Amino acid sequence: MNFGPHAAFIITAYVVAIAVVAGLIAWIVLDRRHLSRILDDFEAQGISRRSTRTDGDKW
Amino acid sequence: MSLIDLANPSRFLALTARALPWLAAATVLAFAIGISQVYLAPDDYQQGATVKIMFIHVPAAWLGIFAWIVMSVAALGTLVWRHPLADVAAKAAAPIGAAFTLMCLVTGSLWGRPMWGTYWVWDARLTSVLVLFLMYLGVIALWRTIDDPAQAARTAAILTLVGAINIPIIKFSVDWWNTLHQPASVFRLGGSTIHPAILVPLIVMAVAFTLLFLTLHLAAMRNEIMRRRVRTLMMLQAGARMGP
Amino acid sequence: MTALCALLVRDLRLAVRVGGGALTGVLFFLIVVTLMPFAIGPDLALLARMGPAILWLGALLASLLALDRLLAMDHEDGSLDLILTAPVPLELAVVVKAFAHWLTTGLPLVISSPLLGLLLNLEAKASGAVALTLLAGTPALTFIGLIGAALTVALRRGGLLLAVLVLPLTVPVLIFGVAASNAAITGPVPFGAPFGILCALTLISLVIGPLAAAVALRQGLE
Repeated sequence: MNFGPHAAFIITAYVVAIAVVAGLIAWIVLDRRHLSRILDDFEAQGISRRSTRTDGDKW
Repeated sequence: MSLIDLANPSRFLALTARALPWLAAATVLAFAIGISQVYLAPDDYQQGATVKIMFIHVPAAWLGIFAWIVMSVAALGTLVWRHPLADVAAKAAAPIGAAFTLMCLVTGSLWGRPMWGTYWVWDARLTSVLVLFLMYLGVIALWRTIDDPAQAARTAAILTLVGAINIPIIKFSVDWWNTLHQPASVFRLGGSTIHPAILVPLIVMAVAFTLLFLTLHLAAMRNEIMRRRVRTLMMLQAGARMGP
Repeated sequence: MTALCALLVRDLRLAVRVGGGALTGVLFFLIVVTLMPFAIGPDLALLARMGPAILWLGALLASLLALDRLLAMDHEDGSLDLILTAPVPLELAVVVKAFAHWLTTGLPLVISSPLLGLLLNLEAKASGAVALTLLAGTPALTFIGLIGAALTVALRRGGLLLAVLVLPLTVPVLIFGVAASNAAITGPVPFGAPFGILCALTLISLVIGPLAAAVALRQGLE
Protein backbone atom coordinates (compact mmCIF):
# COMPACT_ATOMS: atom_id res chain seq x y z
CA MET A 1 0.00 0.00 0.00
CA ASN A 2 1.27 3.43 -0.82
CA PHE A 3 1.70 5.51 2.29
CA GLY A 4 2.88 8.54 0.44
CA PRO A 5 5.98 10.66 1.00
CA HIS A 6 5.62 10.67 4.78
CA ALA A 7 5.41 6.92 5.20
CA ALA A 8 8.11 6.83 7.87
CA PHE A 9 6.08 9.09 10.17
CA ILE A 10 2.91 7.05 9.74
CA ILE A 11 4.64 3.77 10.39
CA THR A 12 6.54 5.14 13.38
CA ALA A 13 3.31 6.45 14.87
CA TYR A 14 1.67 3.05 14.61
CA VAL A 15 4.74 1.31 16.00
CA VAL A 16 4.73 3.69 18.98
CA ALA A 17 1.04 3.02 19.59
CA ILE A 18 1.57 -0.74 19.47
CA ALA A 19 4.58 -0.43 21.78
CA VAL A 20 2.61 1.58 24.34
CA VAL A 21 -0.28 -0.88 24.33
CA ALA A 22 2.10 -3.84 24.50
CA GLY A 23 3.89 -2.17 27.40
CA LEU A 24 0.63 -1.74 29.31
CA ILE A 25 -0.39 -5.33 28.71
CA ALA A 26 3.04 -6.59 29.73
CA TRP A 27 2.97 -4.52 32.92
CA ILE A 28 -0.42 -5.89 33.89
CA VAL A 29 0.38 -9.49 33.05
CA LEU A 30 3.79 -9.53 34.74
CA ASP A 31 2.43 -7.73 37.80
CA ARG A 32 -0.35 -10.28 38.08
CA ARG A 33 2.03 -13.20 37.85
CA HIS A 34 4.29 -11.70 40.49
CA LEU A 35 1.41 -11.04 42.88
CA SER A 36 -0.10 -14.48 42.28
CA ARG A 37 3.18 -16.07 43.17
CA ILE A 38 3.40 -14.15 46.43
CA LEU A 39 -0.17 -15.01 47.32
CA ASP A 40 0.48 -18.68 46.57
CA ASP A 41 3.56 -18.58 48.80
CA PHE A 42 1.44 -17.24 51.63
CA GLU A 43 -1.15 -19.91 50.96
CA ALA A 44 1.54 -22.57 51.17
CA GLN A 45 2.78 -21.19 54.45
CA GLY A 46 -0.72 -21.39 55.79
CA ILE A 47 -1.11 -17.66 56.39
CA SER A 48 -4.47 -16.45 55.19
CA ARG A 49 -6.80 -13.49 55.65
CA ARG A 50 -9.63 -13.56 58.14
CA SER A 51 -12.31 -13.69 55.46
CA THR A 52 -11.09 -17.01 54.13
CA ARG A 53 -11.44 -18.46 57.57
CA THR A 54 -14.56 -16.74 58.85
CA ASP A 55 -17.05 -14.60 57.00
CA GLY A 56 -15.47 -11.14 57.07
CA ASP A 57 -14.85 -8.62 54.32
CA LYS A 58 -11.25 -7.68 54.86
CA TRP A 59 -9.02 -7.03 51.87
CA MET B 1 -26.75 -5.67 41.00
CA SER B 2 -26.24 -2.30 42.60
CA LEU B 3 -23.00 -0.46 42.98
CA ILE B 4 -22.75 -1.37 46.61
CA ASP B 5 -22.77 -5.05 45.74
CA LEU B 6 -19.66 -4.46 43.69
CA ALA B 7 -18.07 -2.97 46.78
CA ASN B 8 -17.17 -6.42 47.99
CA PRO B 9 -13.71 -7.07 46.57
CA SER B 10 -14.17 -10.82 46.36
CA ARG B 11 -17.38 -10.41 44.44
CA PHE B 12 -15.68 -7.89 42.18
CA LEU B 13 -12.88 -10.31 41.49
CA ALA B 14 -15.31 -13.09 40.68
CA LEU B 15 -17.27 -10.83 38.35
CA THR B 16 -14.26 -9.54 36.48
CA ALA B 17 -12.78 -13.01 36.18
CA ARG B 18 -15.81 -13.93 34.11
CA ALA B 19 -16.12 -10.64 32.25
CA LEU B 20 -12.52 -10.02 31.27
CA PRO B 21 -12.14 -12.72 28.61
CA TRP B 22 -15.24 -11.40 26.86
CA LEU B 23 -14.02 -7.83 27.08
CA ALA B 24 -10.63 -8.81 25.73
CA ALA B 25 -12.23 -10.68 22.84
CA ALA B 26 -14.48 -7.73 22.07
CA THR B 27 -11.45 -5.44 22.10
CA VAL B 28 -9.54 -7.61 19.65
CA LEU B 29 -12.56 -7.81 17.37
CA ALA B 30 -13.11 -4.07 17.47
CA PHE B 31 -9.48 -3.42 16.61
CA ALA B 32 -9.64 -5.93 13.78
CA ILE B 33 -12.57 -4.08 12.29
CA GLY B 34 -10.98 -0.74 13.02
CA ILE B 35 -7.63 -1.51 11.45
CA SER B 36 -9.28 -2.83 8.31
CA GLN B 37 -11.37 0.33 8.11
CA VAL B 38 -8.25 2.42 8.55
CA TYR B 39 -6.49 0.49 5.85
CA LEU B 40 -9.35 1.08 3.44
CA ALA B 41 -9.95 4.70 4.36
CA PRO B 42 -9.25 7.20 1.60
CA ASP B 43 -6.37 9.65 1.73
CA ASP B 44 -7.19 13.17 2.75
CA TYR B 45 -7.01 15.59 -0.16
CA GLN B 46 -4.80 17.91 1.83
CA GLN B 47 -2.87 15.64 4.14
CA GLY B 48 -2.55 12.50 2.08
CA ALA B 49 -1.95 9.27 3.89
CA THR B 50 -0.77 10.97 7.09
CA VAL B 51 -4.40 11.36 8.06
CA LYS B 52 -4.12 7.72 9.10
CA ILE B 53 -2.17 8.87 12.12
CA MET B 54 -5.32 10.63 13.24
CA PHE B 55 -7.01 7.27 13.77
CA ILE B 56 -4.71 6.61 16.72
CA HIS B 57 -3.91 10.14 17.80
CA VAL B 58 -7.51 11.28 18.39
CA PRO B 59 -8.73 8.17 20.26
CA ALA B 60 -5.57 8.27 22.39
CA ALA B 61 -6.35 11.88 23.26
CA TRP B 62 -9.96 11.07 24.09
CA LEU B 63 -8.90 8.22 26.35
CA GLY B 64 -6.20 10.24 28.08
CA ILE B 65 -8.91 12.69 29.03
CA PHE B 66 -11.46 9.95 29.76
CA ALA B 67 -9.08 8.28 32.21
CA TRP B 68 -8.75 11.49 34.21
CA ILE B 69 -12.56 11.77 34.29
CA VAL B 70 -12.75 8.16 35.55
CA MET B 71 -10.20 9.06 38.20
CA SER B 72 -12.23 12.14 39.15
CA VAL B 73 -15.43 10.13 39.57
CA ALA B 74 -13.47 7.58 41.60
CA ALA B 75 -12.07 10.47 43.66
CA LEU B 76 -15.61 11.55 44.50
CA GLY B 77 -16.38 7.95 45.40
CA THR B 78 -13.44 7.98 47.80
CA LEU B 79 -14.03 11.35 49.40
CA VAL B 80 -17.82 11.54 49.48
CA TRP B 81 -19.18 8.00 49.58
CA ARG B 82 -16.10 6.14 50.80
CA HIS B 83 -16.80 3.43 48.24
CA PRO B 84 -14.04 0.87 48.87
CA LEU B 85 -13.33 0.06 45.26
CA ALA B 86 -13.08 3.73 44.34
CA ASP B 87 -9.50 3.84 45.66
CA VAL B 88 -8.60 0.82 43.57
CA ALA B 89 -10.24 2.23 40.47
CA ALA B 90 -8.39 5.55 40.81
CA LYS B 91 -4.98 4.02 41.35
CA ALA B 92 -5.38 1.55 38.49
CA ALA B 93 -6.49 4.21 36.01
CA ALA B 94 -3.54 6.57 36.45
CA PRO B 95 -0.77 4.67 34.60
CA ILE B 96 -3.17 3.72 31.82
CA GLY B 97 -4.28 7.32 31.35
CA ALA B 98 -0.67 8.48 31.40
CA ALA B 99 0.23 5.94 28.72
CA PHE B 100 -2.59 7.06 26.42
CA THR B 101 -1.71 10.71 26.94
CA LEU B 102 1.90 9.93 26.04
CA MET B 103 0.69 8.08 22.96
CA CYS B 104 -1.35 11.14 22.03
CA LEU B 105 1.63 13.48 22.42
CA VAL B 106 4.04 11.29 20.46
CA THR B 107 1.69 10.44 17.59
CA GLY B 108 0.61 14.05 17.44
CA SER B 109 4.23 15.11 17.23
CA LEU B 110 4.88 12.61 14.44
CA TRP B 111 1.83 13.93 12.61
CA GLY B 112 2.83 17.53 13.14
CA ARG B 113 6.28 17.19 11.63
CA PRO B 114 5.14 16.44 8.06
CA MET B 115 2.01 18.58 8.33
CA TRP B 116 3.11 21.70 10.20
CA GLY B 117 6.85 21.35 9.74
CA THR B 118 7.60 21.06 13.43
CA TYR B 119 7.61 18.29 16.04
CA TRP B 120 6.30 20.60 18.71
CA VAL B 121 4.73 23.98 19.16
CA TRP B 122 3.69 25.71 22.35
CA ASP B 123 0.09 26.36 21.49
CA ALA B 124 -2.78 26.07 23.95
CA ARG B 125 -3.87 22.52 23.18
CA LEU B 126 -0.45 20.88 23.07
CA THR B 127 0.60 22.74 26.21
CA SER B 128 -2.50 21.76 28.16
CA VAL B 129 -2.17 18.10 27.11
CA LEU B 130 1.49 18.15 28.17
CA VAL B 131 0.40 19.60 31.51
CA LEU B 132 -2.13 16.76 31.76
CA PHE B 133 0.70 14.28 31.23
CA LEU B 134 2.76 15.95 33.97
CA MET B 135 -0.21 15.82 36.31
CA TYR B 136 -0.60 12.09 35.63
CA LEU B 137 3.03 11.60 36.59
CA GLY B 138 2.46 13.68 39.72
CA VAL B 139 -0.51 11.59 40.80
CA ILE B 140 1.42 8.37 40.19
CA ALA B 141 4.31 9.76 42.23
CA LEU B 142 1.88 10.62 45.03
CA TRP B 143 0.44 7.10 45.05
CA ARG B 144 3.90 5.64 45.33
CA THR B 145 5.06 7.97 48.08
CA ILE B 146 2.37 7.58 50.72
CA ASP B 147 2.50 4.26 52.54
CA ASP B 148 -1.01 3.88 53.89
CA PRO B 149 -3.28 3.01 50.93
CA ALA B 150 -6.33 4.72 52.41
CA GLN B 151 -4.48 7.96 53.02
CA ALA B 152 -2.82 7.79 49.63
CA ALA B 153 -6.26 7.37 48.08
CA ARG B 154 -7.70 10.43 49.76
CA THR B 155 -4.68 12.60 48.99
CA ALA B 156 -4.64 11.48 45.36
CA ALA B 157 -8.39 12.10 45.20
CA ILE B 158 -7.97 15.75 46.16
CA LEU B 159 -5.16 16.24 43.67
CA THR B 160 -7.23 14.55 40.95
CA LEU B 161 -10.20 16.83 41.55
CA VAL B 162 -8.04 19.96 41.57
CA GLY B 163 -6.39 18.83 38.35
CA ALA B 164 -9.75 18.14 36.71
CA ILE B 165 -9.92 21.83 35.91
CA ASN B 166 -7.46 21.11 33.10
CA ILE B 167 -9.98 18.94 31.25
CA PRO B 168 -12.33 21.69 30.05
CA ILE B 169 -9.25 23.80 29.31
CA ILE B 170 -7.97 21.09 26.96
CA LYS B 171 -11.34 20.68 25.31
CA PHE B 172 -11.99 24.34 24.71
CA SER B 173 -8.39 25.48 24.21
CA VAL B 174 -8.69 25.35 20.44
CA ASP B 175 -11.81 27.52 20.62
CA TRP B 176 -10.56 30.07 23.14
CA TRP B 177 -7.13 30.63 21.66
CA ASN B 178 -5.80 30.99 18.17
CA THR B 179 -3.89 27.73 17.98
CA LEU B 180 -1.93 25.80 15.40
CA HIS B 181 -3.84 22.66 16.38
CA GLN B 182 -7.02 22.40 14.39
CA PRO B 183 -10.31 23.37 16.00
CA ALA B 184 -12.98 20.95 17.15
CA SER B 185 -14.42 18.97 14.27
CA VAL B 186 -16.10 15.97 15.87
CA PHE B 187 -17.77 17.01 19.09
CA ARG B 188 -19.20 20.39 18.36
CA LEU B 189 -22.56 22.10 18.27
CA GLY B 190 -23.96 21.76 14.80
CA GLY B 191 -22.57 18.30 14.24
CA SER B 192 -19.32 16.95 13.00
CA THR B 193 -17.54 18.47 10.04
CA ILE B 194 -15.65 15.36 9.01
CA HIS B 195 -16.60 13.34 5.96
CA PRO B 196 -18.14 9.97 6.87
CA ALA B 197 -15.43 8.06 5.03
CA ILE B 198 -12.99 9.37 7.62
CA LEU B 199 -15.41 9.72 10.51
CA VAL B 200 -16.55 6.09 10.54
CA PRO B 201 -13.06 4.54 10.94
CA LEU B 202 -12.35 7.16 13.59
CA ILE B 203 -15.43 6.19 15.60
CA VAL B 204 -14.68 2.47 15.23
CA MET B 205 -11.13 3.00 16.44
CA ALA B 206 -12.44 5.11 19.32
CA VAL B 207 -14.76 2.29 20.35
CA ALA B 208 -11.90 -0.19 20.09
CA PHE B 209 -9.66 2.01 22.23
CA THR B 210 -12.41 2.44 24.80
CA LEU B 211 -12.88 -1.32 25.06
CA LEU B 212 -9.13 -1.61 25.42
CA PHE B 213 -9.18 0.89 28.26
CA LEU B 214 -11.98 -0.97 30.04
CA THR B 215 -10.16 -4.27 29.70
CA LEU B 216 -6.85 -2.87 30.92
CA HIS B 217 -8.50 -0.93 33.72
CA LEU B 218 -10.42 -3.89 35.10
CA ALA B 219 -7.32 -6.09 34.87
CA ALA B 220 -5.25 -3.46 36.65
CA MET B 221 -7.92 -3.12 39.34
CA ARG B 222 -7.71 -6.85 39.95
CA ASN B 223 -3.97 -6.58 40.33
CA GLU B 224 -4.41 -3.73 42.77
CA ILE B 225 -6.80 -5.78 44.91
CA MET B 226 -4.27 -8.59 44.93
CA ARG B 227 -1.56 -6.13 45.92
CA ARG B 228 -3.58 -5.00 48.91
CA ARG B 229 -4.16 -8.58 49.96
CA VAL B 230 -0.43 -9.17 49.81
CA ARG B 231 0.07 -6.12 52.00
CA THR B 232 -2.47 -7.36 54.53
CA LEU B 233 -0.86 -10.78 54.62
CA MET B 234 2.59 -9.30 55.07
CA MET B 235 1.34 -7.31 58.00
CA LEU B 236 -0.30 -10.39 59.47
CA GLN B 237 2.90 -12.31 59.02
CA ALA B 238 4.94 -9.60 60.70
CA GLY B 239 2.45 -9.53 63.54
CA ALA B 240 2.59 -13.29 63.96
CA ARG B 241 6.37 -13.23 64.06
CA MET B 242 6.41 -10.63 66.76
CA GLY B 243 4.28 -12.88 68.88
CA PRO B 244 1.69 -12.09 71.58
CA MET C 1 -11.59 37.24 64.57
CA THR C 2 -8.92 37.92 67.14
CA ALA C 3 -7.84 34.29 66.88
CA LEU C 4 -7.10 34.76 63.19
CA CYS C 5 -5.27 38.01 63.87
CA ALA C 6 -3.20 36.25 66.49
CA LEU C 7 -2.37 33.53 63.95
CA LEU C 8 -1.37 36.16 61.40
CA VAL C 9 0.87 38.00 63.84
CA ARG C 10 2.42 34.73 64.98
CA ASP C 11 3.24 33.65 61.45
CA LEU C 12 4.65 37.05 60.53
CA ARG C 13 6.84 37.09 63.63
CA LEU C 14 8.10 33.56 63.01
CA ALA C 15 8.88 34.24 59.39
CA VAL C 16 10.85 37.34 60.19
CA ARG C 17 12.62 35.80 63.12
CA VAL C 18 13.41 32.18 62.23
CA GLY C 19 16.44 31.89 60.01
CA GLY C 20 15.36 34.85 57.91
CA GLY C 21 13.23 32.70 55.65
CA ALA C 22 11.90 35.78 53.95
CA LEU C 23 15.26 37.11 52.86
CA THR C 24 16.52 33.68 51.85
CA GLY C 25 13.81 33.62 49.19
CA VAL C 26 14.99 36.91 47.79
CA LEU C 27 18.56 35.68 47.88
CA PHE C 28 17.59 32.62 45.88
CA PHE C 29 15.78 34.89 43.43
CA LEU C 30 18.94 36.94 43.04
CA ILE C 31 21.09 33.86 42.50
CA VAL C 32 18.77 32.41 39.86
CA VAL C 33 18.58 35.69 37.98
CA THR C 34 22.37 35.89 38.13
CA LEU C 35 22.77 32.35 36.83
CA MET C 36 20.66 32.93 33.77
CA PRO C 37 23.09 35.25 31.95
CA PHE C 38 25.87 32.74 32.59
CA ALA C 39 23.83 30.16 30.77
CA ILE C 40 22.35 32.40 28.09
CA GLY C 41 25.34 34.60 27.42
CA PRO C 42 25.91 38.28 28.02
CA ASP C 43 24.03 39.53 24.99
CA LEU C 44 22.17 42.45 26.57
CA ALA C 45 19.51 42.70 23.90
CA LEU C 46 18.63 39.03 24.30
CA LEU C 47 18.55 39.34 28.07
CA ALA C 48 16.27 42.34 27.85
CA ARG C 49 13.88 40.41 25.64
CA MET C 50 13.89 37.45 28.00
CA GLY C 51 13.90 39.59 31.11
CA PRO C 52 10.26 39.20 32.09
CA ALA C 53 10.44 35.45 31.59
CA ILE C 54 13.62 35.11 33.66
CA LEU C 55 12.19 37.20 36.48
CA TRP C 56 8.95 35.23 36.48
CA LEU C 57 10.74 31.88 36.48
CA GLY C 58 13.00 33.01 39.30
CA ALA C 59 10.03 34.19 41.35
CA LEU C 60 8.17 30.93 40.68
CA LEU C 61 11.08 28.77 41.78
CA ALA C 62 11.75 30.92 44.83
CA SER C 63 8.08 30.67 45.85
CA LEU C 64 8.18 26.95 45.36
CA LEU C 65 11.21 26.44 47.54
CA ALA C 66 9.73 28.48 50.35
CA LEU C 67 6.55 26.41 50.45
CA ASP C 68 7.81 23.92 52.99
CA ARG C 69 7.82 26.73 55.52
CA LEU C 70 4.10 27.15 55.04
CA LEU C 71 2.75 24.06 56.75
CA ALA C 72 5.49 21.49 57.33
CA MET C 73 7.15 23.38 60.14
CA ASP C 74 3.89 23.69 62.01
CA HIS C 75 3.21 20.03 61.45
CA GLU C 76 6.55 19.09 62.93
CA ASP C 77 6.11 20.94 66.19
CA GLY C 78 2.45 20.09 66.59
CA SER C 79 0.99 23.55 66.08
CA LEU C 80 -0.91 22.33 63.04
CA ASP C 81 -2.91 19.95 65.19
CA LEU C 82 -3.75 22.85 67.48
CA ILE C 83 -4.90 24.92 64.53
CA LEU C 84 -7.08 22.06 63.34
CA THR C 85 -8.81 21.78 66.68
CA ALA C 86 -9.15 25.53 67.18
CA PRO C 87 -12.62 27.12 67.03
CA VAL C 88 -11.77 28.95 63.80
CA PRO C 89 -12.73 27.40 60.46
CA LEU C 90 -9.74 25.62 59.00
CA GLU C 91 -10.33 27.28 55.63
CA LEU C 92 -9.87 30.73 57.15
CA ALA C 93 -6.86 29.62 59.18
CA VAL C 94 -5.04 28.47 56.06
CA VAL C 95 -6.00 31.68 54.26
CA VAL C 96 -4.35 33.62 57.05
CA LYS C 97 -1.27 31.39 56.98
CA ALA C 98 -0.96 31.68 53.22
CA PHE C 99 -1.40 35.44 53.39
CA ALA C 100 1.32 35.70 56.02
CA HIS C 101 3.50 33.51 53.85
CA TRP C 102 2.93 35.75 50.84
CA LEU C 103 3.68 38.89 52.83
CA THR C 104 7.00 37.49 53.94
CA THR C 105 7.99 35.51 50.85
CA GLY C 106 6.11 36.73 47.79
CA LEU C 107 6.03 40.43 48.48
CA PRO C 108 9.82 40.69 48.97
CA LEU C 109 10.19 39.06 45.55
CA VAL C 110 7.91 41.69 44.05
CA ILE C 111 9.83 44.51 45.68
CA SER C 112 13.21 43.18 44.62
CA SER C 113 12.21 42.49 41.03
CA PRO C 114 12.88 46.02 39.68
CA LEU C 115 16.41 45.88 41.10
CA LEU C 116 17.00 42.52 39.47
CA GLY C 117 15.55 43.94 36.28
CA LEU C 118 18.59 46.19 36.15
CA LEU C 119 20.81 43.12 35.99
CA LEU C 120 18.88 41.99 32.96
CA ASN C 121 19.07 45.30 31.18
CA LEU C 122 15.36 45.90 31.50
CA GLU C 123 14.29 49.50 31.18
CA ALA C 124 12.17 51.13 33.86
CA LYS C 125 8.84 50.65 32.13
CA ALA C 126 9.54 46.95 31.61
CA SER C 127 10.65 46.43 35.19
CA GLY C 128 7.56 48.21 36.40
CA ALA C 129 5.33 46.01 34.29
CA VAL C 130 7.00 42.85 35.56
CA ALA C 131 6.73 44.02 39.16
CA LEU C 132 3.04 44.74 38.68
CA THR C 133 2.34 41.32 37.18
CA LEU C 134 4.33 39.70 39.97
CA LEU C 135 2.26 41.62 42.49
CA ALA C 136 -0.89 40.24 40.91
CA GLY C 137 0.48 36.76 40.32
CA THR C 138 2.59 35.79 43.35
CA PRO C 139 -0.49 35.40 45.58
CA ALA C 140 -1.74 32.81 43.08
CA LEU C 141 1.60 31.01 43.35
CA THR C 142 1.32 30.98 47.13
CA PHE C 143 -2.28 29.82 47.23
CA ILE C 144 -1.77 27.11 44.62
CA GLY C 145 1.36 26.06 46.49
CA LEU C 146 -0.81 25.86 49.59
CA ILE C 147 -2.66 22.95 48.00
CA GLY C 148 0.55 21.05 47.37
CA ALA C 149 1.86 21.84 50.82
CA ALA C 150 -1.33 20.51 52.40
CA LEU C 151 -1.23 17.35 50.30
CA THR C 152 2.35 16.57 51.27
CA VAL C 153 2.30 17.86 54.84
CA ALA C 154 2.61 14.46 56.44
CA LEU C 155 5.44 13.29 54.21
CA ARG C 156 8.89 13.70 55.61
CA ARG C 157 10.83 14.11 52.42
CA GLY C 158 8.00 15.48 50.38
CA GLY C 159 9.85 18.51 49.03
CA LEU C 160 10.46 17.31 45.51
CA LEU C 161 7.05 15.71 45.25
CA LEU C 162 5.55 19.01 46.34
CA ALA C 163 7.28 20.73 43.45
CA VAL C 164 6.10 18.08 40.99
CA LEU C 165 2.51 18.48 42.12
CA VAL C 166 2.44 22.26 42.26
CA LEU C 167 4.30 23.24 39.10
CA PRO C 168 1.78 21.98 36.53
CA LEU C 169 -0.94 23.89 38.35
CA THR C 170 1.08 27.12 38.22
CA VAL C 171 1.65 26.95 34.47
CA PRO C 172 -1.31 29.23 33.60
CA VAL C 173 -0.12 31.85 36.09
CA LEU C 174 3.33 31.82 34.55
CA ILE C 175 1.99 32.01 31.02
CA PHE C 176 -0.25 34.99 31.66
CA GLY C 177 2.24 36.74 33.93
CA VAL C 178 4.88 36.75 31.21
CA ALA C 179 2.29 37.53 28.52
CA ALA C 180 1.10 40.56 30.43
CA SER C 181 4.65 41.78 31.01
CA ASN C 182 5.55 41.41 27.35
CA ALA C 183 2.29 43.07 26.32
CA ALA C 184 3.21 46.10 28.37
CA ILE C 185 6.70 46.26 26.91
CA THR C 186 6.33 45.50 23.24
CA GLY C 187 3.22 43.97 22.00
CA PRO C 188 0.31 45.07 19.97
CA VAL C 189 -1.70 43.02 22.47
CA PRO C 190 -3.13 45.36 25.10
CA PHE C 191 -1.85 44.88 28.63
CA GLY C 192 -5.33 44.64 30.06
CA ALA C 193 -6.36 41.30 28.60
CA PRO C 194 -3.66 38.98 29.97
CA PHE C 195 -3.41 41.05 33.14
CA GLY C 196 -7.12 40.62 33.72
CA ILE C 197 -6.83 36.88 33.30
CA LEU C 198 -3.87 36.86 35.69
CA CYS C 199 -5.96 38.66 38.31
CA ALA C 200 -8.80 36.22 37.69
CA LEU C 201 -6.43 33.29 38.24
CA THR C 202 -5.32 34.79 41.51
CA LEU C 203 -8.87 35.34 42.68
CA ILE C 204 -9.82 31.77 41.76
CA SER C 205 -6.81 30.40 43.61
CA LEU C 206 -7.73 32.45 46.68
CA VAL C 207 -10.93 30.40 46.84
CA ILE C 208 -9.95 26.98 45.60
CA GLY C 209 -6.58 26.90 47.36
CA PRO C 210 -7.84 27.16 50.94
CA LEU C 211 -10.82 24.89 50.25
CA ALA C 212 -8.69 22.11 48.78
CA ALA C 213 -5.98 22.62 51.40
CA ALA C 214 -8.44 22.36 54.27
CA VAL C 215 -9.84 19.09 52.90
CA ALA C 216 -6.33 17.77 52.38
CA LEU C 217 -5.23 18.74 55.88
CA ARG C 218 -8.26 17.20 57.54
CA GLN C 219 -7.82 13.86 55.89
CA GLY C 220 -4.04 13.93 56.02
CA LEU C 221 -3.86 14.38 59.74
CA GLU C 222 -6.73 12.24 60.90
